[in-house]
Amino acid sequence: MRFLRHIRIAAWMAVAIVGGLVIGLTVLAPDRPGIATNIASSGPSGIGGPFTLTSHRGETVDNESLTGKPYLAFFGFTHCPDICPTTLFELTDLAQELGEDADRLNVLFITVDPERDTQELLDAYMTSFDRRFLAVRGTQAETDAVVAAFAAYAQKVPLEGDSYTMDHTAGVYMMDAEGGFVGTLDMHEPRDTRVQKLRRLIGA
Amino acid sequence: LPFRLHSILLAAMLAWPASLTSAAAHEFEIGDIVIDHPWSRATPAVAPSAGGYFTLTNNGTEPDRLVSITSPLAERVEIHESTVVDGVARMRPLPDGVEIAAGETVELQPGQIHLMFLRPSAPLVEGERFDATLSFEKAGDVEVEFMVQGMGARPTTAESHEDHGEHAQ
Repeated sequence: MRFLRHIRIAAWMAVAIVGGLVIGLTVLAPDRPGIATNIASSGPSGIGGPFTLTSHRGETVDNESLTGKPYLAFFGFTHCPDICPTTLFELTDLAQELGEDADRLNVLFITVDPERDTQELLDAYMTSFDRRFLAVRGTQAETDAVVAAFAAYAQKVPLEGDSYTMDHTAGVYMMDAEGGFVGTLDMHEPRDTRVQKLRRLIGA
Repeated sequence: LPFRLHSILLAAMLAWPASLTSAAAHEFEIGDIVIDHPWSRATPAVAPSAGGYFTLTNNGTEPDRLVSITSPLAERVEIHESTVVDGVARMRPLPDGVEIAAGETVELQPGQIHLMFLRPSAPLVEGERFDATLSFEKAGDVEVEFMVQGMGARPTTAESHEDHGEHAQ
């Protein structure tokens, strides 16, 4: 019966290993893959290609200039009254909670509407948020490239008359100091959880 | 989940006194329609648009419809709906307005159905108020006053804080 006992032990060990894996994956998996299916479907390896943009202050912002500090990036446009300023406002609140620690982090608001979001407009717009944040824009080609680099989505949608709106990926990307994708920051999560995630990201 | 519900209720209870002082509820009526607490959010310095939110209740026996809005604040006011589906944020005008079925309540709130004041004449500053006229298909026109709350302000009702995973915000 020793043999049976061995099988039983082996079976329980298998259960423990599988259970451990399930728990491990649940804990380690990005918190809400659904926040941007594009991210989930293409996987982390699909994020982080090269891009070059210009900040609202006129500096060049590209993979090289970003290396050395973790950063947050999200897509939006200033003609959006609803989601975009809220995200910027909430990130401002988190940055203020982190205080000087937030100096160890870059925050990029990437416009998907370079046609209307001129550098001048972005410069005035950003005075309402944490002064460390960067609004970045590019030519249409540079914008397409950054959207592709983040495996994101942006699409111009004509409205009545000559106006239009932009559909765009809504999530906030967390990137490490080497520009590798870490996960998304879910703005629905409790504030404390978000602060902790940012502290973890910057190693504070 | 019950724990989560408790914390929501607790948060709502804690938040309530603050919301009373910063933005006391106010309401307007026209016919069978009650417009509860029209509010907006402070805008960034050069925001090309501002949002508008309120709760509509139809106490009548016939459906009615909010069809249009005008305001001295903006060149034009549109009714829009924001959604986040599969991680993509979208905003679409609702050219036919918003129907309020008999006896029903419809909430306009951030990340969902909302008003969009296009090209406001000045940035909105927390604590200020501005006027607008709402036109309903049956009830007619009513003047209301919007209260400008903080840039990150959320609706004051507890249930509207949560359970909108598929909505923007």
